[in-house]
Formats: sequence, C-alpha cells, structure tokens
Amino acid sequence: MSNFIFGRYLPLESVVHRLDPRNKLLLSFCYIILVFMANNLVSYALIISFTVGAILASKISLGFFLKGIRPLLWLIVFTVVLQLLFSPAGGHVYFHWAFVNITQFGLINSGYIFIRFLLIIMMSTLLTLSTQPLDIATGLASLMKPLRWIKVPVDTLAMMLSIALRFVPTLMDEANKIMNAQRARGVDFGEGGLLKQAKSLIPLMVPLFMSAFNRAEDLSIAMEARGYQDSEHRSQYRILTWQRRDTITWIIFVVVLAAILATRRW
Amino acid sequence: MAITFEHVSYTYQAGTPMATSAVSDVSFSVPDHSYLAVIGHTGSGKSTLIQQLNALLKPTSGQITVDNFTITPKTTNADLKPLRQHVGMVFQFPESQLFEETVRQDIAFGPRNFGMGEADANKLADAMLQTVGLDARYAERSPFELSGGQMRRVAIAGVLAMRPKVLILDEPTAGLDPQGRQEMMALFDRLHREQGLSIVLVTHQMEDVAQYAEQVAVMHAGQLVKFGTPHEVFSDADWLRANQLDMPRAAQFAQRLAKRGVTWQQLPLTADQLADQLAARWPREGDAHV
Repeated sequence: MSNFIFGRYLPLESVVHRLDPRNKLLLSFCYIILVFMANNLVSYALIISFTVGAILASKISLGFFLKGIRPLLWLIVFTVVLQLLFSPAGGHVYFHWAFVNITQFGLINSGYIFIRFLLIIMMSTLLTLSTQPLDIATGLASLMKPLRWIKVPVDTLAMMLSIALRFVPTLMDEANKIMNAQRARGVDFGEGGLLKQAKSLIPLMVPLFMSAFNRAEDLSIAMEARGYQDSEHRSQYRILTWQRRDTITWIIFVVVLAAILATRRW
Repeated sequence: MAITFEHVSYTYQAGTPMATSAVSDVSFSVPDHSYLAVIGHTGSGKSTLIQQLNALLKPTSGQITVDNFTITPKTTNADLKPLRQHVGMVFQFPESQLFEETVRQDIAFGPRNFGMGEADANKLADAMLQTVGLDARYAERSPFELSGGQMRRVAIAGVLAMRPKVLILDEPTAGLDPQGRQEMMALFDRLHREQGLSIVLVTHQMEDVAQYAEQVAVMHAGQLVKFGTPHEVFSDADWLRANQLDMPRAAQFAQRLAKRGVTWQQLPLTADQLADQLAARWPREGDAHV
C-alpha cells in the first residue's frame, strides 16, 4: 500500500505545485476532452508528450510516478480486455467463439482506450500529487460558486469535501495500525481463498468504522464548540489569485489543442 | 541470548522520494526472561524498533534474533505465524483492535487464528479475563459497551491469550488514570516474575522504568544512544537533560537533596529506595535540616 500514490500529495517546489488549484482543476477537466479528441498516432504522440512534459515540470521523477500508478494498471487492463472481447464487429476477424469476437476494430479500439485511461489517470494523479487536498477543496468550492444562484449549499459542500479529504490520510493510518494489530493476533490479510480473505476484512472494518464514527462525533462537537453554523457564508483564510503562470498554462493548452485538432483524423 | 539486534536499520518507503530513515544501525542484546524498557522522546524510532520484533516491519538491513527466530530483510510472510504467536504485541491504544460481538470471542480470536479449538479458546479467554482483573460476567458483554480502561484490559487479554513468550508493550498505560496505570504495570510485572515472560516496554513514564525495568535502551533520532541498567542510564542528569529525558521523580528529589549536602551510596530511583536510604541515615544524623 505504501507504493500506492493515487490521491496523495508530494510536497515539492515546482511551477506545477504553485499553479492556482482552480486552474489545475479546470485544466485537468479540459485535458480529458483533449484526450478524447486524439484518435491517431500523431495526435496521441502529441498528447503523450504534453502529459510527460507536465510531469517533468512538476519535478516528480517519472520512474516513481509510473511505479506508483502500477497498481491501477489491473483496472485498466480489465476494462481493455472487456472492450477487446465484446466490442462490435468490424474489420478483419481474428478470433471467433460463441459471442466473443476479436476483431481489428476491437483491437485498435482497446489500444486507444488503454492509452486514454492511462493518460487520464496520469493527469489526475499529477493533480493530486502537486496540490494539497485542502487547496483542491478550496478550488472546487470557488469553482462551484455560481451554483449558489440555484440554491446549492456550496459552502456546506465545500466543508464536507475538505473534511473528507482531510481524513483520508488519518483513516489510512488508522487502517494500517489496526491491520498491524490484527496481524499480530494471527490474521493473514490477502491470503487464502476469496471467502477467507473477505472474512479477514471483518477485524479490520469493524474497528475502522468504530473509530471513524467516533472521530466524526468528536469533530462535530469540536466544531460546534467553536461556533460552527451550517449554511452560513464563510470567508477564506487563503485567497486564490490568478497568476501569470496560470495564463501561460492556458496558452500552452490552446496550442496543444490546436495541434491535435490539426493532426487528428476527421 | 533472547533478543539480539545486529546493525538493524529501517527506512520508511525506501526507494521513493518520501524515504525517511527511522532506525539506523541499532545493535544490542538482552538475555532470556528480561525486562527491557525503551525510552526516548516522540519520533525517536521506538515504535519502529519494536514493530520489527514480530516482523510487522522487516529491517531494511541487519538482523534480529528472538529466541529461535531470525528476522532479516529477506524474511517472507509465509513463515511468520509461529513468530507472531511467540512475540505478543500490545499496540498503543490497543482497545481500537476490538471488533467481536462478545468480550470472550474477542479474546479467543488470537488463539483461534493460531489453530486452537473453539471450546479450548473460550476457556482460555475466561482465564485471561481473570488475569487482567475483569469479572467473569463481562465475558458475554459487547466490548463496545465497556469503559475505556476495561476495553484496554480486554485487548491486552486478547494478546496474552496467544500465550506469547515475549510481550511487547507500546505505551500500555497511556490515557489511563493513575490507579489503572499502577494495576496495569503490576500485572505486567507479575507476568514477568511468575511466568517468566520477557517484556519489552516502550514508555514515557520514567518511574515505571526505574521500578520495573532491568535494562534500558535510549533512542534518539533513530539511534541507540545509551544502553544499560536504570542506574547507569539515570545517573547522568546533564546527559538526560540534553536528550530531553526526565529523571524519575524520586531521583530528582534525591538529587536536590544531594545539592544540600546529602550523600547517597547509590542514587535512589524509586520512592521505596529513597525511603529506605533516608530511613537508614535518620538515626545516624539525627538532624532535621534535610
């Protein structure tokens, strides 16, 4: 679990780390559109180099990065295999059995899906690795502000989000601690058959839920003791400001977008 | 030699940008049936050190020997069960490991995992409940209905039920009231003396170190900076202060008396030793100015 970096923050000093979180969120979102625009070798080469460039700019070592997203690879491979086996017929048929077809189209399609999946995961991992969870929450809240007009409780949502994010590492630590305690009492996590593995989760989940509920109760009392009121507009301690480097990222983005539009197969 | 550390180092997340060294090049050994206290301020590597004793963490380099077991960086997860039964581990705030429906089932959980039958494990659970000083009627209760101190006792009973030969205690009295603390420490002392359990105690309570420990290991910034008997460790007040460690209260008192001209044959570390030495000198000096 210690190699698993998805959703974690890596404190480094880089341009990417200093970007406005709102900007990073918007960029990551628009990046997904960009990924779906690409549909041939040249455009994929473009977007891959854009992604690698972004990772290099964040000063996170590429090897560490790739090693960290390896656990997610199985999820991707699973999706790709499904796509490969059950995609609609088209082009040359390589293999046919009952309702399973492996076709030329299916092969190409699953290749694309693999790369798309990988790229999107890489970019969202870069987002969380280079942005503190609280900044992401602040950024999201700020982006959601217009929703206030249609009576969405934006401030409450933002508070929920930042509390949830703040407790991810705490609960991870707690889970680790409980797992160690149960290991010391002879539990083998992740060994034996499926049923045995599922059973071994009970000594982990029950204490984890207990502690999560206890923490939630303590936290709500602590918040009320300091006068927290729901659905009240709250001012921010950290105020986000749009910098020139944020504008520059958009210039780069538009250039890449134009290049992809120019090279993609229409 | 019951417990031997040979050039043991441990690095968290080795090989990543987040790698941090927690324990570096620690070597020491304690004989069979000993009572070792590990002290040092927060973050000095105490917990990392002791979690290697039952291979919850495997050393990044070096070798640990516990009785017939050897733990090296190459130790695999396959053959750990006998070791984990041999070395019982009570974590900080162990009550957070309780999960079963009844106290009895929770205490029996460890023995059952190590292959004991249900009837035997339940009988053992009831006996352990008594050992930790809880009434038999708690056996049928849910562990979550108990008070914090009682939950702690149940959790400790759950570890003792595995019949370990080495018992590791990571700040077992943190958060208990003074009476609970005393009872708990007396229980461990009894287990040590009557059943010959080797005990490794991590603590911030210097009084407990002075009263119970036979050896003391002082950790500082991941390194073992001092190893010896309580008398050797507590004799140098300046060194202790430099390492942000306290003296036992009785020893502090004795030292202040020493500044007023009282001489000690050996610096008393516990209230009992202090009282004995004072009582011995009283008729001789017959003077009340101290």
